[in-house]
Amino acid sequence: MKKLYAILAVCGAVALVPAFVSSGFALNLVIMTLYATLLGQAWNILAGYGGQYSFGHAAFFGTGAYASAALQVHLGVNAWLCLPVAVACGAAVGALVGALSFRYGLRGSYFALVTLAFAEVLRILANSVGFTGGGVGLLVPLKSSALDFQFHGKAGFLYVILALTLAGFLLSWWLERSRYGAWLAAVRDNEESAAALGVNAFRVKLLAIVLSAALMAAGGAFYVQYFQYIDPHLAYGPSVSVEALLGPIVGGLGTVFGPLLGAAALRLLGELTRNLMGEAPGVSLVIYGAVLILMITFLPRGLGGMFVRRPPSAA
Amino acid sequence: MLEPSILFASVLNGLTSGAVYALVALGLTLIYGVLHIINFAHGALLMIALYGVYFLGAKLGIGPYAALPVMIPAMFALGYVLQRFVIGRASHGKDENILLVTLGLTLILENFALFAWRSDTRTIETPYTFSTVDIAGAMIATPKVFAFFGALAATAILLAFITRSDLGRAIRAVAKERQGAKLVGIDVEHVFAMSFGIGLACLGAAACFLLPAYYVNPQVGNGFVLIAFTIVVLGGMGSFAGALVGGFIIGVVESLGGLWLGESLGQIGIFVIFIAILLFRPKGIFGAGA
Amino acid sequence: MLEASHVSISFGGLKAVDDASLVVPAGIIASLIGPNGAGKSTLFGIISGFLKPDTGSVKFLGRDITGLAPHRICRLGMTRTFQIVQPFAGQSVLENIAVGSHLHRPQRGTALAHAESVALRVGLADQLGKPAHTLTVAARKRLELARALATEPKLLLLDEVLAGLNPQEISEMSPVIRSIRDGGVTVLMIEHVMQAVMNLSEYTWVLNDGRLIAEGKPTEVTRDPQVVEAYLGHGAAERLRAAEEHAHA
Repeated sequence: MKKLYAILAVCGAVALVPAFVSSGFALNLVIMTLYATLLGQAWNILAGYGGQYSFGHAAFFGTGAYASAALQVHLGVNAWLCLPVAVACGAAVGALVGALSFRYGLRGSYFALVTLAFAEVLRILANSVGFTGGGVGLLVPLKSSALDFQFHGKAGFLYVILALTLAGFLLSWWLERSRYGAWLAAVRDNEESAAALGVNAFRVKLLAIVLSAALMAAGGAFYVQYFQYIDPHLAYGPSVSVEALLGPIVGGLGTVFGPLLGAAALRLLGELTRNLMGEAPGVSLVIYGAVLILMITFLPRGLGGMFVRRPPSAA
Repeated sequence: MLEPSILFASVLNGLTSGAVYALVALGLTLIYGVLHIINFAHGALLMIALYGVYFLGAKLGIGPYAALPVMIPAMFALGYVLQRFVIGRASHGKDENILLVTLGLTLILENFALFAWRSDTRTIETPYTFSTVDIAGAMIATPKVFAFFGALAATAILLAFITRSDLGRAIRAVAKERQGAKLVGIDVEHVFAMSFGIGLACLGAAACFLLPAYYVNPQVGNGFVLIAFTIVVLGGMGSFAGALVGGFIIGVVESLGGLWLGESLGQIGIFVIFIAILLFRPKGIFGAGA
Repeated sequence: MLEASHVSISFGGLKAVDDASLVVPAGIIASLIGPNGAGKSTLFGIISGFLKPDTGSVKFLGRDITGLAPHRICRLGMTRTFQIVQPFAGQSVLENIAVGSHLHRPQRGTALAHAESVALRVGLADQLGKPAHTLTVAARKRLELARALATEPKLLLLDEVLAGLNPQEISEMSPVIRSIRDGGVTVLMIEHVMQAVMNLSEYTWVLNDGRLIAEGKPTEVTRDPQVVEAYLGHGAAERLRAAEEHAHA
């Protein structure tokens, strides 16, 4: 129960931020950190708790983003309604990728590469098909009303992304204390032993990728509302997939707060870098790459892993 | 539907592009197929090599083909150092970790290139950039023809090396049975580093043949990573001949795909093949294992 | 309880199991013995669903289970352990066992409580919180047994659960196995430790080169010349008999 209180306390504290802070810059900082946290939470479900490392999580993100954007642009559907549709679409793609990959027993690096291939296929398709706007992408019409999932100030967006990350926290918390979560951890740590104990590994992994994809797609839908624009590279390109995995690895795989810790640490690092080196392109990513290597070398359990008694099996 | 002459030209172009892909994949065949190191940074390293060839030309006036004796040893050294002191140390031997470490390397290399050389696309001009060779009526760009023969030569050299030389034998031993190789006194760390070095040396050669017919910018590596892995998997892990044939197949698929589906959609065939192979026939065409 | 009929499997030309048939009645402790490489674990793999036989069938509780997936066979009431113990490394002893308990218990709380009681039965009550990868070999074997037991099977397949244990540890495990049988679970064990086979099991099958060459009570089977030859080599039965006669003469 302690963890649940911690989750509620953290989210409660963040909810109070707009009451004290009105700077757009500061609010954007919090929003982007929470956004990165959400992506990390999604990746963490499949990789940290499930042990399957995906390099193509953009496939789910982009699907959610395009689903939401396309519905708004072509059919004028209300943006709030688009959110569950986006989540469902992302989950469907997750189910497809998972069903194929796990049915044929893909694991480890093969799985990682196959997910990347799926993301690439979707990127190429999005680049060539009409309803996605092709290479030009889609611009979501400006509405400026809370009823249309767009807000005047940033506070509205902050509450939405906070709600989504709260869902992510609760999902992770549930994984740590449910039968399904126990099954998932068993499959992660030793799939054969788990099968010998009656666990249906295929179904367990499939549900994990569906949940992961759903959360990722929610992130995609949020992105579209916040930035009001999406194109094939932003939706399905490698940067999203990388962003999703950096947080949990730095913050702690398979832990509830790992994605948040990682996202916060990386954002802090990014801001520091910007202050020191100005707006030079690519510098912060060089640093992130170095951090990634350093983490794997010296701190495979991540920052949060130092506080957790058990070592995750993969690192 | 389509004129045979257009098809013929497309296939020939595909073969020559495929040859370059094969050159890129040959190095990865050694690194991944034989040693099971998932070198996700293969594309970024190719990009670095391409910049190397570019600057040798732009600053020192050394043509791309003349650069071969410079690039090959330089990339070899880079590969040896990278594997011995970075990748080997960081990954503690775990597959997923190697993937992540090489991903980190990719981030560093790509963004360093972005920072140092901006995102402008650069090309070089050689006396034969615009010349073509007439092959039975199809006009194929000369640099691509050179690349074709370069790929054949590289494959032959690698095959001879791996089967005849002592190091080649050691590499095969380590690939088959790491612990056993250690027990008979093979310095496994050294062999890994040498293999990585040779793999990158192939990239150095590939860059020399590639740049005259192509271009370089910081992002260029991205496109090659999956293609290289596709070829390695398609040809069957660890088979150089397989990588060569796989390269040709992929090149032709891309070329014909572009003909039928248009430029942007054309590449989709490659990734669909990749997914299909991994799902249905992980052994690949020539392969002995997955 | 369990019926294997004419089961065969080959790997790349090598026949690992050759036309094996056995019938295990309910409520006993039975054993499967034979020299190394005889195919015992392979036969276990076929019975428990990890391998598909080339020919033959396996029936469990009257139902044909040939080729069913391992997790489904487990749900039907047959659980196997592994010769090379594979615990869920990062998880605690309690969490490991709980995975087995969860088969029949959807609630986390009840599963953990059940896991604790199983740990008690096996003698792991004092190590509940320890991460599985820090356990000694003997403790890991107990954990493997506990996990399988937690699934509340009707038939328990133990693959060399005593291997690697010293005599003291073996004498501690034996009563546990007996109590499992007394609790109504049928046990089929692969064992090399002859002392345990003689003491614990009431019926035994002998596998050599993939073929079943003898079956019966352990005391009878071990005197069977074919069995002696399988373990000690060609001509050994003759030599042993000659030595015995010489001793009596």
